Order: sequence, then C-alpha cells, then structure tokens
Amino acid sequence: MSILVLAEHDNTGLKEATLTTITAASQIGGDIDVLIAGDQCAGAAEAAAKISGVSRVRVADNACYKGLLAENTAALVVSLSSEYSHIMAPATTNGKNILPRVAASLDVSAFSDIIGVVSADTFKRTIYAGNAIATVQSEDTIKVITVRGTAFSLAEQNGSASIGAVTEAHDLGLSTFAGESVAKSDRVELTSAGIVISGGRGMQNSENFSMLEKVASKLGAAVGASRAAVDAGFVPNDMQVGQTGKIVAPDLYIAVGISGAIQHLAGMKDSKVIVAINKDPDAPIFQVADYGLVDDLFDAVPQLEQAL
Amino acid sequence: MKILVMVKRVTDPNVIIRVNAENTSVDLNNVKMAINPFCEIAMEEAVRLKEAGIATEIIAMSIGPAQAQDQLRTALAMGADRGLLVESEESLEPLTVAKLTAKVVEEEQIGLVLLGKQSIDTDNSQTGQMLSAILGWSQGTFASKVDIVDNTLNLTREVDSGLQSLTLTLPSVVTCDLRLNEPRFASLPNIMKAKRKPLVIKPAADYGVDLTSKIKTLKVESPNTRQSGEIVGSVAALLDKLKTEKGVI
Ligand SMILES: Cc1cc2nc3c(=O)[nH]c(=O)nc-3n(C[C@H](O)[C@H](O)[C@H](O)COP(=O)(O)OP(=O)(O)OC[C@H]3O[C@@H](n4cnc5c(N)ncnc54)[C@H](O)[C@@H]3O)c2cc1C
Repeated sequence: MSILVLAEHDNTGLKEATLTTITAASQIGGDIDVLIAGDQCAGAAEAAAKISGVSRVRVADNACYKGLLAENTAALVVSLSSEYSHIMAPATTNGKNILPRVAASLDVSAFSDIIGVVSADTFKRTIYAGNAIATVQSEDTIKVITVRGTAFSLAEQNGSASIGAVTEAHDLGLSTFAGESVAKSDRVELTSAGIVISGGRGMQNSENFSMLEKVASKLGAAVGASRAAVDAGFVPNDMQVGQTGKIVAPDLYIAVGISGAIQHLAGMKDSKVIVAINKDPDAPIFQVADYGLVDDLFDAVPQLEQAL
Repeated sequence: MKILVMVKRVTDPNVIIRVNAENTSVDLNNVKMAINPFCEIAMEEAVRLKEAGIATEIIAMSIGPAQAQDQLRTALAMGADRGLLVESEESLEPLTVAKLTAKVVEEEQIGLVLLGKQSIDTDNSQTGQMLSAILGWSQGTFASKVDIVDNTLNLTREVDSGLQSLTLTLPSVVTCDLRLNEPRFASLPNIMKAKRKPLVIKPAADYGVDLTSKIKTLKVESPNTRQSGEIVGSVAALLDKLKTEKGVI
C-alpha cells in the first residue's frame, strides 16, 4: 500500500491539518508521500520533509496551482494516482473542493471527513450533523478520503524525507485565481486552538465581539462564532463553527450568547470542556455544557476578563 | 442559458435524527422531510439569474424517491419552469448521482448547474465536484457571490481563510453556500401555479448508469452523548471549576 497526502499549507509552512491527516494515513499503513502543490511553495515542502513517517515529498511548484484551483490541482493529483492505493487530504475547504473531483476523475467513490480508520478500506464518519456515526467500507481499488483534523493527533516532526519536483504543469484554463480576502489575525487558528471562545446572535453587533477578543487575548484562545453571528455580519465567515462551518474540539470551548442549535453543536461538541454563558436557562446549549452560567453576557464577559 | 438546479429531499434541519435499534441506519419513520436548505439557496440563485435576464429556463431536478416530487413542487413554486424526477427508491451515492446528472446535462444542453454545497443528511459535499469532473467543466464550490458577465462567471467562495475570488469559464458547476442569498418564500398563487407546471418522472435505471453502490455501510451508531453538567452561580465559581476541577486554564 502507498498513500498520497495532498498537503494544506501556506507556501512557507504546513497547516496542522496536514499533520493530523498524516496520522490518519499512518493508521492505514504503508508508504506515505506528501504532495505540496502551490505557487512558490518550497518552504512548505521543506516543512513536509520533516514530518515523521513520510517517505517522499513531491512538489508541484507552478503558478497554475496558485489558490489551489480545483481543476488544475485535481488533474495533478490524478496524474500521480496510479502509484497509490489511497489519496488523502485534510477536510479543509481545499480538500473538500479538490478530492471529490479527483475521485470522480478516477471513477471511484470518496469518503468525506472521516473521524476514524478501522482498516485500510473501512472508515468511520459522521452523518446527520453528528447525530450518527457510520462505519463505511470501500470496494474501490483507490480510496479517496478527506480527514477531520480534530479526530486525529498531530504527527511528529523529526523525519527527513526526500524532496522531488513534479514538473509537468496541469493548467486546464477552466478557472483563474482572481484574489482573496484573508482575515488577518495574530491569534491561534480556530481549528488548532486549545481554547475557543465563540459568540452568537446574543453579541448583538460586531463591536461587542471585542469583549470576546479581550478574553481570548488573556487565555491565548481563538474566537469563533455561530452562523447567526456570521449571517448578521458581526464577524467574517471563516469564524463560523458548526456542521457547515469549521469543526473544533479544543480543551475548553466557551459559548457566549449561543442557543445551541444542532448545527452549531455538530461543530464543537467534541470539545473536552464546554462552558455556556446565556441568559436563557432553557437554552439547549446548557444540555451539553459542563458548566453553565445563566447571566447576561454583558455583565458576565467583562467580569470574566477582569478576573483572568 | 439553461440552468439545471439539483434539489434533494432530506430530513428537516430542525429534527434531531436518531440511530435505529438495529444499528443499520437512522430511524426516519415519521420524520418530517424538506428540501435541503442549500438546494433552496441554489434554487433562489437560479431564479435571480432568470430575473436578471441571464437564464432562459430553469429545470429543477431531483434524484430520489417518488415523494421527492414534493420538493420539486416547492422548487417550481419558487420559480423553476419545469421539474424532472429521476426516480430511485434506493438512496444513491454521490458518484452515481453525479453520473445521472451528467446525462441530464447533456440531454438538456445545460449551461450552468447550481446545487447545494452539501446535503444536511449525509454531509458529504461531493456531488457538485464530481459532476464538474465528469463534465470536464469549471468548478465553483461554496459560492457566496455569483456574477455572470459576458459569458464569464465571477465567483466568490467561502474558504477556511476567508473569501476567495475566481473567474470561471462557462459552462460551469456551482455549489452554493449559506450566504449566497436568502431564499424567498413561495407565494400562494405561485404554489397554485406550480401544480400545473410540467414535472416528468423517469426511472434512474433508464439512463444507462450502473446504480450499484461501491460503498457498504457496515454499521450506524449513536455518538457519545454528553451529560449536562452543573449551573454555576458566578464568574468566580466558574473560573474556580475550570482551574481546579478541570485544569483547562
Ligand atoms: C443548513 C443549515 C446549516 C447551518 N449551519 C450552521 C453552522 O455551521 N453553525 C451554526 O452555528 N449554525 C448553523 N446553522 C444555524 C443554526 O440552526 C442556528 O440558527 C444558529 O446556530 C443560531 O445561532 P445563535 O445561537 O447565535 O442564535 P440564536 O439561536 O438566536 O441564540 C442566541 C442566544 O443568545 C442568548 N442571548 C441573547 N442575548 C443575550 C445576553 N445579553 N446575554 C446572554 N445571552 C443572550 C439567547 O438566550 C439565545 O439563546 C445552520 C442552519 C441550517 C439550516
């Protein structure tokens, strides 16, 4: 068996999601190669060479992979696929965008967002917003899989894999990267933070989120949000936690002014400790919270910040 | 340009779904069904493109059981011109759905396919990407803005780091995210009108696509449920618990 992992990176370094995907790959077993596709991504390739358990890093460094366009990146992965039994990627927006396209190009099924490896062809994944866990088996020769970061630990980084270039460029000309607006923040990433504090509709506006920012600064936490807070324009979309946003599982999750809809719970209920601050004692969030504080957030949050 | 909108019949998003006693599937007896919320957004976008004079005709298609006609009627009431049910009592995997849809796209000479970014039952987020691969078209997933000018599609996507802008060639497959639009409610007169709009039903088996699943579901289990904990009386008490009982801060 041999596995190709499409890495998530920012050209200079790797995202943690790559390290958790490598862990999932090592549970399957066999040789693991990492593919770094991007534009000016040599730094990421060097970082990938240090991941323990990786045999080979393959680098496709070409302008046509800028923004990891699905069409070009999928064509690249497909061109390398004959050497592999498994093709994997983190279940990030890139992985979700690219791997199903790879699977269909190879005429095989895909497995999205797996949370467990049972054997080389059998995986666990959640369905119905996390209300059920399905064990699914693949009958295809090549398994195409995206991996949920929170379900696997980080691979260690004391390896020394070889780095080789993939020179053939797959520029299909179907789409062009036209820019991005990236939320700038010095904070830890939402999906890798040890503590997350999230705000919901109860925050009322964008300015009030600064209360959560202050608490986050003191705790070294990341700030997240419910869909309602994003829809209302309080905060940008990349902060949404939930079934259709990001999945987080920090040691501590603090939900502020969030009611606890199933779609929100799907994104955070695997957190180790959950705290809810909500003025409505009947809010469903209290049913999953280890500690609940029934209080007005505009009193409780400043008090919390003071006390830290 | 003809637009194909894919519409899936799923469980109502407000219903909590439970695993069945045999651990083979979820229990869908007497569960309220609805149009997948993301498909509704796709449908709304198609109607707006028609109102803007860009789309000439909207075909709403569902691949699913006979009852999916209900969801197609909803789509017709929102503004689709005609409906197509590709009927299958068996639930089909995304790759099969994509292959069937590709046949319809060719038959109907479609210029743009709009669908949801994921369905809220199986949570796969695969069908659009797979369809785009099979057709060899451009692919715009997780769209939060769609703008068509002079036969190019300017798309904004919701990605993990924020927003990404792409320029796509047409024809294209676009999967819709939550903030693309707010779907309209069908008015009563439109619901009445929808009853008379054409809705064709064709068996999935008629398309010459292998419908057998390559994915076997071995087991379906309930996740670990969390116990609700305790209500604390003050911020000080909360911090004390987090420090001494849990050691998380
Ligand atoms: C297809 C689909 C996908 C979805 N995906 C997601 C997703 O990924 N993530 C997600 O979060 N949601 C998602 N949702 C939406 C979800 O169903 C809920 O609507 C949403 O989570 C509600 O957000 P909220 O808890 O912030 O708002 P509300 O439900 O309005 O709750 C606000 C809470 O704030 C409390 N509050 C108000 N003022 C105060 C105050 N001063 N002090 C203390 N408490 C206060 C209220 O008591 C209330 O409990 C999705 C829905 C659908 C249909």
